[in-house]
Amino acid sequence: MPGKLKAKIVAGRHLPVMDRASDLTDAFVEVKFGNTTFKTDVYPKSLNPQWNSEWFKFEVDDEDLQDEPLQITVLDHDTYSANDAIGKVYIDIDPLLCSEAATVISGWLPIYDTIHGIRGEINVLVKVDLFNDLNRFRQSSCGVKFFCTTSIPRCYRAVMVHGFVEELVVNEDPEYQWIDRIRTPRASNEARQRLIFLMSGELQRKIGLKVLEMGGNAVVGYLQCFDLEGESGLVVRAIGTACTLEKISTFPATATHPNNSSPSKDMKEPGFGEEAPGVPLSSGPPTPLRAQTFSSFSPSKSYSRQSSSSDTELSLTPKTGMGSGGSAGKEAGPLKALLRQQTQSALEQREYPFFTLTAFPPGFLLHVGGVVSARSVKLLDRIHNPDEPETRDAWWEEIRQEIKSHAKALGCHAVVGYSESTSICEEVCILSASGTAAVLSSRFMQDGPLDTEHRFEEVVSPGCGFCHIPYDELNIPFPAQLTYCYCCRRYKVPDVLFTTIDLPTEANVTGKGCLIQARLCRTKKKAQGEGNATAISSLLPFLEYELHTQLMNKLKLRGMNALFGLRIQISVGETMLLGLASATGVYLTALPSPGGIQIAGKTPSDITYEQHISTMQKKINDTIDKNKELYEINPPEVVEEIIGSPIPEPRQRSRLFRSHSESSDEVSELDLSHGKKDAFVLEIDDTDAVEDIHALLTDSPTPAGFYSCNTEIMPGIQNWTSAIQMFTSVRVFRLNANLTNQGLNKIFSDLCENLLKSLYFKLRSMVPCCLCHLNFTVAIPEDELIQVAVTAVAMSFDKEQPLENGKQSGEKTLIKAITENDEQLQFNLELNAETSSHNPLSSPKGLSEVGSHLSARAPSVDYSSFADRCSSWIEQLKLKAHTIRRGSVKTTSSLEKASPLPEGRSRSLRSNRSYSGSSVAVVKMTPLSFIPGAKIIKYLGIINMFFIRETSSLREEGGVSGFLHTFIAEVFAMVRAHVAALGGNAVVSYSMKECVFMENPNKNQAQCLINVSGDAVIFVRESELESTSVQTQSATTHTSNGGEGT
Amino acid sequence: MSVELDVFVGNTTIMDKEVYQLWLNGYTVNDAVKVRIEGGVMEECEASAEVLLSDTMDQYRTFQMCERLLHHPAKLANQLLFQIPPDRQAMLIERYALACQFNSLDFVIIQFQTFICISLFRYYAFDDLFVREVLGKKLSKGTKKDLDDVSIKTGITLKSCRRQFDNFKRVFKVVEELKGPLVENIRQHFLLPDQLARDYAAIVFFANHRFETGKKKLQYLTFQDFAFCAGQLINNWTVGAVDNMMEDMDVDLDKEFLQDLKDLKILITDKDLLDQHKNLVCTALRGKTNVFNEMEANFKNLSRGLVNIAAKLINAKDVRDFFIDLVEKFIEPCRSDKLTSIDVNLYLTHYTNSAHILDTFKHHAVWTRYMGVIKSCILRMYHD
Repeated sequence: MPGKLKAKIVAGRHLPVMDRASDLTDAFVEVKFGNTTFKTDVYPKSLNPQWNSEWFKFEVDDEDLQDEPLQITVLDHDTYSANDAIGKVYIDIDPLLCSEAATVISGWLPIYDTIHGIRGEINVLVKVDLFNDLNRFRQSSCGVKFFCTTSIPRCYRAVMVHGFVEELVVNEDPEYQWIDRIRTPRASNEARQRLIFLMSGELQRKIGLKVLEMGGNAVVGYLQCFDLEGESGLVVRAIGTACTLEKISTFPATATHPNNSSPSKDMKEPGFGEEAPGVPLSSGPPTPLRAQTFSSFSPSKSYSRQSSSSDTELSLTPKTGMGSGGSAGKEAGPLKALLRQQTQSALEQREYPFFTLTAFPPGFLLHVGGVVSARSVKLLDRIHNPDEPETRDAWWEEIRQEIKSHAKALGCHAVVGYSESTSICEEVCILSASGTAAVLSSRFMQDGPLDTEHRFEEVVSPGCGFCHIPYDELNIPFPAQLTYCYCCRRYKVPDVLFTTIDLPTEANVTGKGCLIQARLCRTKKKAQGEGNATAISSLLPFLEYELHTQLMNKLKLRGMNALFGLRIQISVGETMLLGLASATGVYLTALPSPGGIQIAGKTPSDITYEQHISTMQKKINDTIDKNKELYEINPPEVVEEIIGSPIPEPRQRSRLFRSHSESSDEVSELDLSHGKKDAFVLEIDDTDAVEDIHALLTDSPTPAGFYSCNTEIMPGIQNWTSAIQMFTSVRVFRLNANLTNQGLNKIFSDLCENLLKSLYFKLRSMVPCCLCHLNFTVAIPEDELIQVAVTAVAMSFDKEQPLENGKQSGEKTLIKAITENDEQLQFNLELNAETSSHNPLSSPKGLSEVGSHLSARAPSVDYSSFADRCSSWIEQLKLKAHTIRRGSVKTTSSLEKASPLPEGRSRSLRSNRSYSGSSVAVVKMTPLSFIPGAKIIKYLGIINMFFIRETSSLREEGGVSGFLHTFIAEVFAMVRAHVAALGGNAVVSYSMKECVFMENPNKNQAQCLINVSGDAVIFVRESELESTSVQTQSATTHTSNGGEGT
Repeated sequence: MSVELDVFVGNTTIMDKEVYQLWLNGYTVNDAVKVRIEGGVMEECEASAEVLLSDTMDQYRTFQMCERLLHHPAKLANQLLFQIPPDRQAMLIERYALACQFNSLDFVIIQFQTFICISLFRYYAFDDLFVREVLGKKLSKGTKKDLDDVSIKTGITLKSCRRQFDNFKRVFKVVEELKGPLVENIRQHFLLPDQLARDYAAIVFFANHRFETGKKKLQYLTFQDFAFCAGQLINNWTVGAVDNMMEDMDVDLDKEFLQDLKDLKILITDKDLLDQHKNLVCTALRGKTNVFNEMEANFKNLSRGLVNIAAKLINAKDVRDFFIDLVEKFIEPCRSDKLTSIDVNLYLTHYTNSAHILDTFKHHAVWTRYMGVIKSCILRMYHD
């Protein structure tokens, strides 16, 4: 009996009216955990019941504690008929199981109903008493900390990074069970919500076990995803990086980084001579991007043969000029063997030297090879035995193996910034994985070998070291132009670098960065089953190739030479494929300056055509110049001359062709020795393509004062203010039938561009600001529908004073906020006091009451200095009030005088607000791992919530937009409430991982599923931290000053 | 090809005050976009009409979501759906406290958590022009149907008229059932600043008694005139005015008092008393005004008018005509005699005080209570 869960139901408020006759509700609460249920008394006839229940105690295994959520159901008692459910609250008690996280859950939580949304709130108290259990064979993994953050959490130090952990669990989707035909939508939604809660709990526990086996105590970069496979079931899978973390105490740290010397088992040195299975290295894009399309699909249906699929794929390969992942047949053998091994021991898992981290402790990341990715198209089939999810496991094994071999080919022994995703349409599923091949230091690795060579390098060049090629110069896995590093001049670097990780903080960057997106739409014939899968497989390489070309062009157009945070999403629909690649472009000082873009016509005979081309060329050149200015890219040009470079022409010379049709015979030209041209050449064959290129290259520029990126931070901006605004925006676009590829492309591109424009407009009050972590998700919810969802955070920064400290900038925003509010409140100044001053009977009691109430209140607040301030403020108010009562001053004028209120008074009020118990606490949310101007002092646990909302009165709820708007706002509210109940004041690394929206306007129905996650934290303002050492009085000022943030 | 769905949700709610006003004024999304384009937002922010439309629709949706909360302002205090940063809240609270003229400040500080108080003020704010049209009318479906006429007459959009009307009705419905002081109830339940709460109290009071305000002779009076008078009546003639602890609410006039008013008739029915009263007043007034002769000549007429109004108030039907009676029986005669408001003030002061000196007149308390209100109402109404 290793755990005792205790829950107490205190009160409810804002309950809906359940009894039309009395306009009241007779509410009671059911508290359920596992199979045990407790009930409170009925609190009759109230919308604000006070149950004040006893402590309900559940004695349970810690295994259950991890798997099960605490289920609280609020019901309306009905004497004659069945009790009506008002709504539910699911509480994930996982944060309470870890000693370092939260200790109690206490607060107002929204009561949620899948049909009606939020219906009031309930105040609960939840605690857990854990008994120590030293059973070696235990099934639970209590105490393992989980973080969504993809870097080492701020108040921890990594003692050791163990490596990749993964797990998946499958189940039948309740929505597709036979029983769903007879039960209500509410019951079905609730069954689904509950199941997913259970599955995520189980998944987390299993991953935790693996971590314990590896000797770790935490999972960082925990990424959990759902695959709604429809008929064939529901898959919940997760990946993460197991670590041993140590809390950084306030005392001077005593522990040092351990350097293990025992021989390595898992992190083998990359053997270049090793066979990189089936990867033809001769052709491919002239960059380190190795977008290997593993386009075999292996249908689970017994009758289909793999050979057919690999045939298709093989015939396809030479045409695209893409590297191919070899035939599926070749790999089938070792895979099966692997599958068997996989179940044996978790050690085998470390066959995958993958890391979901995107930012690293200094000195961990030595070299970056480039992006490695793999995709595979599969046919879904019903999962027959949920307890043995072998098929799904095997699918991912294949892909991971491929990623690993790609990394090896790049001379790298590890993959960082690793992530996995799926796209499902009917029975076809595209599995994708991508990451960045890298060489890591053994410093944080268990049993890591001492690699002197890398060690040496690391010391030499912290700002450019990661750019140095990890692969053998004579054995380059793909054509690339190498030069000596522009920083240290000692090691070779590639001409362009693509990665999926964040920009390392120590990297030398010239100028600022910007968001770069490649967008692509491809039509596809409607097909069924195997045929469909084959069609998709054959389309994929084209799609990837074009996305890559676009990215490359856009990068050059901005005069930049590296991409970070690259994320390529491919979405499959019935009649089209959608590709969206987002990344943040930067100019790495270590890499050579990119050449320009040159346009070449194919038929140079026509004069007008030539003219057209030359005008376009001019436009492009102008754009490049403008961009260079905009992003402040002015690299020191002199270096070349001073230090003689052994490479004669450092600038990029290569050709890229927009159209694939003729590529087969021209691939050879990709060979570097052929190109003697100075710039990046775009060849156009017909006018259509001209327009196409033109459109592609002229993404509308970001408005003045805005920057954007999809990484954590923007290079070149440090002086953030505390003003942050996280937001989610969703758009669904309906297409006409029968669109050409080009038409589709334009629409899709416009959709993304317009969405960005809208965001800039919405956030115009925050200028100068940067949209960070812009995360686009595309989906094809139905035929002819494109859905784009964006979650990001807008952060203001100070332009004028580049080296300003946080405190002063905070002050500035305060003033700004005040002036803003002055404006906003103009209207209520219009109220004039004429009537009341004329009125002899206007009650004098009001004032005296105020005084007494407040003075009675003040002592109850712990901040004595505040109380002083407050009372002095009241006195001033009283004075003012008297003047008004005498009728000598009209309120309007007195208000005008009062408007530039002395700071002190407003502060005292502010502090009253933030500390008074009855207030609704402000909870910040951000997709980043940090909060500007603040220090995270505690991680309270992972937030992982799943909600379903359904309606059958879509029009009444304001149509699809009204419905979704409300739902997203409700999800935010619930996340905030749960974080506040844990005692936190912010969510970091927040992400909306799933937003599945389905509608049926004819039936007036809609349904939406949202999955969000993040880390609940407590942060304190840096100004507050400083002030703790100073005496109390000034501390109050600082505190209120710090409480400022937006 | 069309945008099927388009939403933007921020962790802290963004509300554009300009768009909010347009929404309150009942503009359609398209009209609001036009106004905004004319306002020059587009050039300022390099936006397109498309962007503006999307933003406006989004804002309108946010307001509609708020509207549900605005109907029950007490819930606003601890609602969780919208989040506003604390500095802004503090600013608003401060402003709000000042606007409330420091009454129940403590209530404000504790209860006022959200920026929606801005929206609240504006949501419950009304056009004087509009309220003048419906003041004293029954807040029924019938009246609501006639709102299109009001809309045409006042030039206020029908949507805005409906919102204002529904606000009146909502407040009326809630306070109707409540005990205790009317203004306080409104302030507590709708978190409105003092002045606005008083205005609402007036509207509720007028609707309850169905005071006639639409007659041509009353057209010169503004809503604020009526609101002032309503305040006087509420504070002095209702049950709550005498005893705050009373069970009854102060929407209704004090029946006992109205009954007692009949006793005042003696002032005009008793010939001696009338003459005596006239002499006393005239003695006091002599030499103090240029219009003494007119006052003297008109005394009996005016006194009869005022006392008759008092005597009739027991009938609900005559209560409705209270203001028209005041104008016809007192204000108009005085005006035709070219009395200034100083004259009227002087006259009423002495008229009231002299009655107390009359030996046979016993109803001093009732007289004071009656004349206090009459005097301040007349003085307020005595303008062009």
